Amino acid sequence: MANVANGARTARGLRPVRWLPGRPPPPDPDPDGPVHVAVRDLVKRYGDHEVLRGVSFDVLRGRINVIIGASGSGKTVLVRQVIRLERPDAGRIVVDGRDIAALDERALGPIRRKFGMVFQMSALFDSMTVYDNVAFPLREHTRMPERQIRERVLDRLAALGVEQAVAKLPAELSGGMRKRVAVARALVLEPQILIFDEPTTGLDPLTSRSVDELIVRTVERFGVTAVVISHDMASVFGIADHIHYLHRGRIELSGPPSVFLETDNESALAFLRASGVSPEALRRAAGRAAG
Amino acid sequence: MYIAGVTQPATHPGIGAVRRATRLVLAPANAVLAEVGAHASLLMQALYWGLRPPYRVRLWIEAMDFVGTGSLFIVGLTGTFVGMVFGIQLVDGFRQFGAENQVGAVVGLALARELAPVFAALMVSSRAGSAMTTELGSMRVTDQIDALTTMAVHPVQYLVVPRLLAGLVMTPVLTMLFNLVGLAGAWLVCVQMLGLDPGVFLDKVRWYVDADDLGQGLLKAAVFGFTIALIACRHGFWASGGAAGVGRATNRAVVQSAVAILVLDYVVTSLVTGQGAP
Repeated sequence: MANVANGARTARGLRPVRWLPGRPPPPDPDPDGPVHVAVRDLVKRYGDHEVLRGVSFDVLRGRINVIIGASGSGKTVLVRQVIRLERPDAGRIVVDGRDIAALDERALGPIRRKFGMVFQMSALFDSMTVYDNVAFPLREHTRMPERQIRERVLDRLAALGVEQAVAKLPAELSGGMRKRVAVARALVLEPQILIFDEPTTGLDPLTSRSVDELIVRTVERFGVTAVVISHDMASVFGIADHIHYLHRGRIELSGPPSVFLETDNESALAFLRASGVSPEALRRAAGRAAG
Repeated sequence: MYIAGVTQPATHPGIGAVRRATRLVLAPANAVLAEVGAHASLLMQALYWGLRPPYRVRLWIEAMDFVGTGSLFIVGLTGTFVGMVFGIQLVDGFRQFGAENQVGAVVGLALARELAPVFAALMVSSRAGSAMTTELGSMRVTDQIDALTTMAVHPVQYLVVPRLLAGLVMTPVLTMLFNLVGLAGAWLVCVQMLGLDPGVFLDKVRWYVDADDLGQGLLKAAVFGFTIALIACRHGFWASGGAAGVGRATNRAVVQSAVAILVLDYVVTSLVTGQGAP
């Protein structure tokens, strides 16, 4: 938890946003304001099972927003609605002032180009080389000549430290390298919002920390908004500007990491302790760091 | 609505049993309807996205190469042996009543109308259809299809449309090949091994097999090829459950394709000939 004082970074001009289930959600944000994506009263059901039961939260522009919660709490389902891989049953998803919750597939095309997504298992096209994977979005959506595509692809791969793998197939890469290539592919069309689905799952601790660094550096260098789904608490407190705790289909607690150190929300505390994080120890560490 | 303090009317135990029994009885029909619905939904999406740009001609050609060129050997091999076996059986049977000079006509008609489209389609299904399901299924369970969507590339347009087109175009081409090699196989056996007159054999083929017969076969092949690709794509596109799920999807796709070929064979034959319809 070396980076427990991340709250200080988070506090740069941003007020912690907190609301509890049962209270009315806040109004839609200003499109040019600090809120990039606003989710309001989102509901998603599969048959009789209601996974999301009125989720409301804000994704802050240019920050690392982390969604935490136990396995099966609906984190991935939530993010699949936000990027509209699925259509929610109710609620609103406001991206840059436009509600995308009910848009049809054709209208979603330009909206989706604002997003880049890095999947848990990277989801690289296994029949294509690293170069072709990263070039794919450019070939699909731009009329760039191949020379320009090559420049952009090599630039992104070099920025992420995987330029040596350009001719390899995804199956020939390690987990960490696959993740980097996936980030390069997600970044190549210069999206505004980058979503990471459990980026450190299945990686060893050292590789996990290097992926954390990758996320922080990517946000700083490319100025994107990041949404990270994770239950790796070492990673969460290392990178998060803002944390949303999802529990039983609702956001139970939202705010910068410092909010989680002071909270008396029982389920959030139980989750933190079960994840091996002691808020008391974190508070002491933060106090020592400040002193 | 539940109101505290007010006794709720109890459901009669018999009603629950009737509901369960009804659900059980209707389950097979429900499953069939769900399956038909899934295919129809994918077909509608494919038609909608297939007519919209961008037209990825390179992907269409790649899919046609995979279905067509990739199946040349297996279709050629099976076609040759089907023709040879059919030749032996017909000569053996027709000799019993002295009609062996009609063998060329029967071989030609059977190949053009039935054997070539059905066997070519079965080969396409087992080689290319199963590969389509496996490839799309693997892409689905490893999030590659979702990755396409997040990159604003519609997966039906990118993955399904080229495969449907390839099935529609290349199965008739393979059927023509099957006709040729089947006839060659039958000629080899009947003329070279069993001593039929080569002139009579070929003359009967020319005399009895006309463009309508070939057209009937090609129409069937196009219907079969499109259906095989649709079934293969439907099962792969919506596969779930990891590697085992992909295996199950492939298995279902191959079985359903084989059944569909035989059922559609009857339907198309009945429609084309105007006979056998209820």
